[in-house]
Amino acid sequence: MDLLIPDIGLLFWMVVVFGLLYFILSKFAWTPITESLKEREDDIQKALDMAEKTRIEMAKLQADNQKLLAEARAERDAILRGAKETADRVIAESRDRATEEGNRIILKAREELQTERQAMVAEVKREVIELSLDIAEKVLKRELSDKKSQEELVKSLVAEARLN
Amino acid sequence: MMRFRIHTFFLSIVLFLSTLVSVNAQHEEHADHNAAEGKKKFNVGDMIMHHIKDDHGWEFAHGLTLPLPVILYTQDGGLDVFSSSHFAHEATYNGYVKEHNKIYRAGANGEADKSIKVYDFSITKNVASLLLSAVLLLVVFFSVRNGYEKNKGKAPKGLQSFLEPVILFVRDEIAKPNIGPKYGRYLPFLLTLFFFILFNNLLGLLPGGANLTGNIAITMTLAVITFLIVNLSGNKHYWAHLFKPTGVPVALLPIMIPVEIVGVFMKPFSLMVRLFANITAGHIIILSLLGLIFIAKDLGGSGMGWGVSPLIIVFSLFMNLIELLVAFLQAFIFTLLSSMYIGSAIEDHHEADHGVGYEGPQAH
Repeated sequence: MDLLIPDIGLLFWMVVVFGLLYFILSKFAWTPITESLKEREDDIQKALDMAEKTRIEMAKLQADNQKLLAEARAERDAILRGAKETADRVIAESRDRATEEGNRIILKAREELQTERQAMVAEVKREVIELSLDIAEKVLKRELSDKKSQEELVKSLVAEARLN
Repeated sequence: MMRFRIHTFFLSIVLFLSTLVSVNAQHEEHADHNAAEGKKKFNVGDMIMHHIKDDHGWEFAHGLTLPLPVILYTQDGGLDVFSSSHFAHEATYNGYVKEHNKIYRAGANGEADKSIKVYDFSITKNVASLLLSAVLLLVVFFSVRNGYEKNKGKAPKGLQSFLEPVILFVRDEIAKPNIGPKYGRYLPFLLTLFFFILFNNLLGLLPGGANLTGNIAITMTLAVITFLIVNLSGNKHYWAHLFKPTGVPVALLPIMIPVEIVGVFMKPFSLMVRLFANITAGHIIILSLLGLIFIAKDLGGSGMGWGVSPLIIVFSLFMNLIELLVAFLQAFIFTLLSSMYIGSAIEDHHEADHGVGYEGPQAH
């Protein structure tokens, strides 16, 4: 039963010691400790938030880069396509022009040829006419008795003419 | 570094447990002494009571007693201070007589005069242990505090990293969920309470240690402080719940109000008894186990005493491990319940879980 009766002296010391302990510890230990803990937790939270923000920004940046790259690629393709088209067009044009020029030259050559041939034909005609006239004149000049000598004469004349 | 600390921690536990053997030896000596003195039978009840009760002077082992100051106050004689060692040699000193661990004014014939009230403010074994634990708490937590200043922006080190999880446990697992957003005001008290009980429980487990948290005066002070904090910070919901419970028929009020009022006092009373009984019971069990050795010796001679010792050592080792658990558990429970009582006193929506409760489940 003695055990259950609080001792006045111990009660007194306990109140004094616990009270002092509470005041000293809360002022010099618990408050700084809990503040430091809170501060550190806030710091960690801040760092985590920062990391998350950076991650999002990085992702955005990467997406931007990707977009930029895609755009650049598209532009390059467009430029290349344009250049190819231009080149094709230029080639086609020059080919066309060359063909045209060639055709024109050929046509001109043909025309010239035609003219020359006509001139030649005309010349030949004139010479044939002259020759015929010559032959006829000679035949007429030389009265030939026989048919045989006539033919010989013609042959020789023709041979003469061919030499021309 | 951390590994080293952990190793030293476990090593100290092992060392502590090994000292139990020396406690054993110490009691052996005690019994031998008794036997030599008057061949009287070993009284296990007296031995246990001697160990769990307070004493003037701190007896670490038989014959090795640290004398402590005796401080007495009487209305007529005023203040008297002298060493407790004077009572070791003679029963009467300086007009005072010690009887069954209590000091009375000595009468004319040397008998105790119980008519004169003597206020005993002595630094007894428990008070010395209390002061020791206070110094220990201050040293430990000032060092932890310094750790936070020194390692600012760095990882915690040493004692700081050892105790930080415990401080965080009290804050995050005890104070925050039970008190709510206003926990900050009560946290210093809860931390002091937790570590005071824990340190004293552990000190009480040391061989020769005082049974401080198993003393009713100590647990009563703690419970009364909790009672005062709870009732002084109780808001209008708390008082309304006591005297005007919602949803209770008027006819039941004459029963309900006394029940609630008894409940207000029962809460700290249960805190007081729980800690006191748990710690005292633990000490009694260990001391009873050790006492079995001497009972065996009385029954069957010295050989029997030595014979049962190994088994008893194993049992008391086991009990000490359980006591180690209880030391933490009781500190936790006292703090947890205190924070729950504080939480229920400052809660804002008190009607939510009482009175109109029957409409609750149907409404949901």
